[in-house]
Amino acid sequence: MSKFKKKKKGLPAISTASLPDIVFMLLFFFMVSTTMRETDLLIKKPVLPTASEVKKLEHKSLVSTIYVGKSKDTRISGDKIQVNDKIIDVNDIPNFIFAERAIRKEEEVKFMTTSIKADKEANVGTILDIKEQLRDINALKVSFSTTKGNNIKSNY
Amino acid sequence: MARRENSEINAGSMADIAFLLLIFFLVTTTMDVDSGIARKLPEKSEDTPEVTIKEKNVLDIVVNRNNQLLVENEYVQVTDIRRLAMEFIDNGGGLSAPKDDQPGKPCDYCNGAKDPESSDHPTKAIISLQSDRGTTYGMYVSIQNEIEAAYNELRNKLSLQKYKRRYDDLLKDYKDSPTESLKAKIDFLKDSYPQIITEPEPIK
Repeated sequence: MSKFKKKKKGLPAISTASLPDIVFMLLFFFMVSTTMRETDLLIKKPVLPTASEVKKLEHKSLVSTIYVGKSKDTRISGDKIQVNDKIIDVNDIPNFIFAERAIRKEEEVKFMTTSIKADKEANVGTILDIKEQLRDINALKVSFSTTKGNNIKSNY
Repeated sequence: MARRENSEINAGSMADIAFLLLIFFLVTTTMDVDSGIARKLPEKSEDTPEVTIKEKNVLDIVVNRNNQLLVENEYVQVTDIRRLAMEFIDNGGGLSAPKDDQPGKPCDYCNGAKDPESSDHPTKAIISLQSDRGTTYGMYVSIQNEIEAAYNELRNKLSLQKYKRRYDDLLKDYKDSPTESLKAKIDFLKDSYPQIITEPEPIK
C-alpha cells in the first residue's frame, strides 16, 4: 500500500539531467579559454630547431620572447624580427627590453631571460645582431628556443 | 505490454563523466613549456685586457654559409663535433692556469690523450665558434648543442666517477631539494669543466 502512496505523493526528484550540460559548458569554457596568452604572429610561425641539451625556462613571467622568421608575404625576403605584436628593426630591440624591464620589479630584472624563437632557416647574422644588441644593454641571459629531440640532422 | 514504458535513463552519472573529462583537461593542459639552449652572453666592458692564448688551447670551429664545417682546418660533420670537442677539452696535456699564487697543476681527472699539441687543461680549453652571417640558424644551434653535449658528457663522466651519480641527476636533485652539499658538488663539476666558448665576429 505504501508503495503506491509514495508514487503519488511528494515532489518529484529534481531532474539532474541538466547537470551534465552545465558541466559540459564549464568544460568547453575551459577548453576554449585556455588559449595561452600567445602573441599573434605576424611572421611565419618559426620552425624551431631540435636540440638534445635543452634546459627548461624557469619563471615564465620573466621571459621576454623575440621571434625571428620569414615574412608571411613570400615576396619579402630576409628575416623579420617580431616582439609582442609588431615587427621591429634590430635597433629597436633595446627599447623592447627596456620596456619589458620597466614592467617588472627592479630586483627581478637581473633574472630576466630573453628567449629567441627563431626559424631554423633564419640567418645566423640576424641572430648575432640581436645578441649584440642584447649585450649592449646588459641583457645577458639568452635562451635559444628549441624543441627537444635527438635528431639534430633535421636542423640543416 | 512492456513492463514499463517511459522509464528515464538515469542521467545522474553523466555529470560524473563530464567532471572526469573536465578534470582530465584541467590536469593535462600543460602550457607548452619553452625550453632551449641557455647561453650567457659575455659582458661588454670598455677595458678588456689583452690576453695571449696559446693556439693549442683553442679549438677552432668555422662554419660557412653553405653550412660546411671546419674544425682545426679539417672538414668534418656536425656529429663529429661532440667527439672532437671532448677529446680537445679532456686532453689535459699540460698544467692549469696558476690560481692565487698556487702553481698550475696537471689535470688529475682528465682521461684524454695528454697530447702536448692539444689543450693544456680543461680550464684553459677555449672553443671558438666562428660563423658566417649566412649560416642557417638550425646549423648554429646544432653546433651549440653539440658543444653543450660535449661539456655535459664530460661532467657526467667525472660525476659518475666521483659521486656515483650523473651530473644531470645531480642538477635534478638540486632542483627538487637545494642543499649546500649538492651545490658544492655541482660547482665543483662546473669548475672542473668550465664552458669557455668564444664567438668571434661573423664572416661577412
